[in-house]
Amino acid sequence: MINSIRISNIYVFDQEEALEFYVGKLGLEVSADVDFGPMRWLTVRVPGDVNREILLEKISPPSLSEENAAKMRELIASGASGFAAGFTTDDIHALYKDLKAKGVDITQEPVEQAYGTDIGLRDPFGNHVRITQLAQQ
Amino acid sequence: MDRLLKRNRSLLRARDAMDRDYAAPLDVPAAAAIAGVSPAHFTRTFREVFGETPHRYLQRRRVERAMHLLRATDTSVTDICFDVGFGSLGTFSRTFKDIVGTSPSEYRKAEAANPVSAPTCFTMAWTRPSSFGEASASADAVPSLRKRKELQK
Repeated sequence: MINSIRISNIYVFDQEEALEFYVGKLGLEVSADVDFGPMRWLTVRVPGDVNREILLEKISPPSLSEENAAKMRELIASGASGFAAGFTTDDIHALYKDLKAKGVDITQEPVEQAYGTDIGLRDPFGNHVRITQLAQQ
Repeated sequence: MDRLLKRNRSLLRARDAMDRDYAAPLDVPAAAAIAGVSPAHFTRTFREVFGETPHRYLQRRRVERAMHLLRATDTSVTDICFDVGFGSLGTFSRTFKDIVGTSPSEYRKAEAANPVSAPTCFTMAWTRPSSFGEASASADAVPSLRKRKELQK
């Protein structure tokens, strides 16, 4: 039986810009950065969390045609990628202030929910990311 | 990013503002300003990219929030109307019925026994009344949450 989530992907248009956002602004760290020639295997993770990575996958040939890549980018820029990733934090209000000061596109200011307090934001490409401070169990 | 992507991304920024600030006296010209284009251009391109006018999108967002408040709180229909950004009860009732197929109080009655809890971003996207095949068609345009919960079992 499967026992953990090891890796998942977020489609990005530009891996440098993605690093600027996910590492520079959200505070994740690079886990792997390998140049395979036509493709750059680039993953990030929550600092110290070695068991889970997010692949910042560039949308481009040769993995898909230029025509489909263009369609995919257009769709993601219009918000069609849905819920890309959800993170947790111990202090949502401090993080919210920090991200806002850094100019991150906030789609939802801190709102208390039954499961905790969360915010919504978008990466530079249009992917939707959420961060939650979980309610005390 | 090329021109088309920048355009879509700024339209999305304006749409996000509608999702976020629905309760404010936000209108199409204000949303157009967020996207950095004229209201006429905004309405045309928004429709092209998202399949409906920004005015309709904002109405659906407000109605979706009203549906939530009708289900989750005891707040009066009149207060809910203003809380979600409508300027008059008449417009609210007409728009609600047009989109959902029933009046706000009928809707409240029908959903009374079905509290639902899921992340708001998810309910926002998935319990929003559809614009594509509207209420007029049938009450099934907005499947009840009860039905949906049964499907998940």
